[in-house]
Amino acid sequence: MRIGIVTFPGSLDDRDAARAVRYAGGEPVALWHGDDDVAGVDAVVLPGGFSYGDYLRCGAIARFAPVMRTVVDRAHAGMPVLGICNGFQILCEAHLLPGALIRNDCQTFVCRDQELTVEATGTAWTSSYQPGQRLVVPLKSGEGGYVADEATLDEIESAGRVVVRYTDVNPNGSARDIAGVSSADGRVVGLMPHPEHAIDPLTGPGADGLGFFTSVLTSVVAA
Amino acid sequence: MTTRRPPAEGVDTVSHAAQTPDAEQPWAELGLKQDEYARIREHLGRRPTSCELAMYSVMWSEHCSYKSSKVHLRQFGEKAPATDALLVGIGENAGVVDVGDGYAVTFKVESHNHPSYVEPYQGAATGVGGIVRDILAMGARPIGVMDPLRFGPLDAADTRRVMPGVVAGIGGYGNCLGLPTIGGEVVFDATYAGNPLVNALCVGVMRHDEIQSSAAVGAGNLVVLYGAKTGGDGIGGVSVLASETFTDAGPTKRPSVQVGDPFTEKLLIECTLELFGDDLVVAIQDLGGAGLSCSTSEMASAGTGGMHVELDRVPLRDSTLAPEEILMSESQERMMAIVEPAKIDDVMAVCAKWDVLATVLGQVTDTGRLVVTWHGDTVVDVPPRTVAHEGPVYQRPYHRPGWQDALQADEPTPQRLARPSTPDELRETVLRMAGSPNLAAKDWVTEQYDRFVLGNTILAQPEDAGVLRIDETTGLGVALSTDCNGRYAKLDPYEGARLALAESYRNVATVGAWPLAVTNCLNFGSPEDPEVMWQFAEATRGLADACLDLGVPVTGGNVSFYNQTGDTAILPTPVVGVLGVLDDVTRRTPQAFRTPGQVVYLLGETSDELGGSEWAHEVHGHLGGRPPLCDLRAERALAEILINASRDGLLDAAHDLSDGGLAQALVEACLRGGVGMRVWVPDGIDPFVFLFSESQARAVVAVPRSEEVRFTDMCTARRFPHARIGVLDHGEPATGPVIDVQDQFSVSLDDLRRARQSRLPEAMA
Repeated sequence: MRIGIVTFPGSLDDRDAARAVRYAGGEPVALWHGDDDVAGVDAVVLPGGFSYGDYLRCGAIARFAPVMRTVVDRAHAGMPVLGICNGFQILCEAHLLPGALIRNDCQTFVCRDQELTVEATGTAWTSSYQPGQRLVVPLKSGEGGYVADEATLDEIESAGRVVVRYTDVNPNGSARDIAGVSSADGRVVGLMPHPEHAIDPLTGPGADGLGFFTSVLTSVVAA
Repeated sequence: MTTRRPPAEGVDTVSHAAQTPDAEQPWAELGLKQDEYARIREHLGRRPTSCELAMYSVMWSEHCSYKSSKVHLRQFGEKAPATDALLVGIGENAGVVDVGDGYAVTFKVESHNHPSYVEPYQGAATGVGGIVRDILAMGARPIGVMDPLRFGPLDAADTRRVMPGVVAGIGGYGNCLGLPTIGGEVVFDATYAGNPLVNALCVGVMRHDEIQSSAAVGAGNLVVLYGAKTGGDGIGGVSVLASETFTDAGPTKRPSVQVGDPFTEKLLIECTLELFGDDLVVAIQDLGGAGLSCSTSEMASAGTGGMHVELDRVPLRDSTLAPEEILMSESQERMMAIVEPAKIDDVMAVCAKWDVLATVLGQVTDTGRLVVTWHGDTVVDVPPRTVAHEGPVYQRPYHRPGWQDALQADEPTPQRLARPSTPDELRETVLRMAGSPNLAAKDWVTEQYDRFVLGNTILAQPEDAGVLRIDETTGLGVALSTDCNGRYAKLDPYEGARLALAESYRNVATVGAWPLAVTNCLNFGSPEDPEVMWQFAEATRGLADACLDLGVPVTGGNVSFYNQTGDTAILPTPVVGVLGVLDDVTRRTPQAFRTPGQVVYLLGETSDELGGSEWAHEVHGHLGGRPPLCDLRAERALAEILINASRDGLLDAAHDLSDGGLAQALVEACLRGGVGMRVWVPDGIDPFVFLFSESQARAVVAVPRSEEVRFTDMCTARRFPHARIGVLDHGEPATGPVIDVQDQFSVSLDDLRRARQSRLPEAMA
């Protein structure tokens, strides 16, 4: 199972995402922002970081990278895509996911071990979890406040597209405590917390995040 | 092809300088002394051009030349302990330490104090950027940063201006660069009001054969400048900002602060590592303080000896910059490489891949001269050694301050400072100390730093030391801590510096790592004050002696003088960083007490030592007496126990005792793991002294019952004092976990957590 991980200029957690794919039993494949070829991978991870320095607006420049043209096309055809943090921001800018991410309401960068509840287990990236399962996964972002208009929020809530929610505290003012959402078909998921930093108790708060990466391996086989 | 043009209006060429020996020059405004100016004329046999004057003024500044500290810093080399761990010893750049398995680690701490006071966000951000490029220039991939910080009183208005900016700047730069922040310090004291200390440490890793040189060797090799364009920011940063005392009067110095762009630096790092990986460069150096003046003169001086640079080729952000300004600019995110002509196309291709601008400025020569031209006219023609290495050296006068004896005589005896004695008073003191600015939780600061990125962070603040894995297969890793208690150093600078090393060394050993090497950042007031200079001389001597005694060499460091406002200097603050190695990071010992039923031992001896203590400072606002005794033999014995016990799997947790004594250590370890503890005060010791003394060479450890005999046997065999002082438990359901000091008092973890967690957020709200 080959999972592509895109490196944009300013991507930071690309090595970590590759490690998480490896831990889950997949084969990570490095993808370069300037290539419009995704090397026949089965799924793609857009990792965290500050692509293009987050200039203009987080993710606003990265969505125009050559690689994104292919990612968007393939995603429309059902290829699983996971956007983590900056990757989530890019997916929103690319209109693969609804809503947007704005400056944290506390106005500072927040790095903490965040408690989450898994709400949707029907997506390509969360099938390994149980509904209502509690996870502890690092959150580290300055612009993680999820916003959308009320109609959109109602729509994604009723369609079961809220994938994970903040539980112990809402760390950034996200609407309805939303930490992650999916596309209508559940193949594209974006979330602010970093599951790739919770794959081993030695280097993170635990291994609760590994499920995102094991999920996609089974999803791809099933598809 | 360069077209020959007549000298532009106002350009001061070498020939013009020779023809106008008596022209007035602004040497004083550039921070030079009269004799220094005379010496420049002597070196050149004529007056310097304005470009040469600019170069000498920044390179001979205190910050770049170490002219006041050099004679003292020599001791770090002269007294260096015999070791085979050093691959590159103390010099201009960071030293390199062998950590085994073919890996080498380089680390260094530097100050960015003055810029951070003037413009907190950019000052702190560029402090991180600068030290990261230093590490990169050694050939290493940077893998982590730490930030020892000092501010004025927490509730002071200016602290609310400076601290949020500094913390946001460190986070804004370090997070965006993709380096985990794994530790540091946050200390408040009135002497740092107006003189905050922003020190930044970076650690990097490479293979032995990847160590890079900064010597511009090989006549005909090309001089390449790459990275950001050069702008007008940071002109005179080292000479104007970092080398004189702030006064209330005078124009704003904000333009002297550099502005950082971490995105460019991230590209610069990846680009540089690819250049190294493809073996494309002969030598490399970062552009930091003194900018092009520094990189050209130092690289030429260290190499074949000559260099020819066409300054008009430097890409500019501001086309109106004069050549003097280009030479002095401290614009960030720039590097200089020496490249063989055959490899220049490959270098340009790698730079283009990373969208990094690269320009050939000139070439290495064997003339022994550094020649800089501006549109064909020679504006600099100097022997590079005179700029980089043969600057002035001062034997600054120093003497023991007249007040030192009285300060040391003012011991915190029970008669002098009232001590809590009843159980209620002791309980209140524990709570008050836990919520005091220096001991309260620093989450408000550290939650703004990414500690996870790169996926190799094993321990990070508030652990005793930061631990980073460097090899995923073998588990090889390094531990780092930085420490200094400036109050101890004020009471006795010699002992204070030794104590700073002892604490840092102890912290590294507490997590189970073997201490290998030392870096330092020596923050002091004005060297022109003989009493400050005495503090500096004593601290340097103390640190060099202690490094010899503990067998850990100094690999590099930094001096920051002029940290004073008017006549008031900061507490002498020799920040000491210690690097240690762990063969297997899965064996690291964390701080948290986690498992009810485990027994807690206090290692080391406790006596009535409260001089310079956090208790005297917080409760009485008192600073006097002698600092705690520094017994390095005991420190070494303690370290051996902690390291061996970690390797043998005898310990579940360990925490060193330092500021705030035993009480604070137990509060921190219990809160971190969320379990309570029943504490027994040993016979024959006063409960107050037991809880709050800051005697050194001590630690608390949590030992599983199954390992208790093996552990106590180990201590006994080494004749190291160890007392069974308690057992971990859940507490009663009604109260939750508590710290219960038998026959004295009980305090719940909830109350302690509230006291500790609320202090900084409330002050910064």
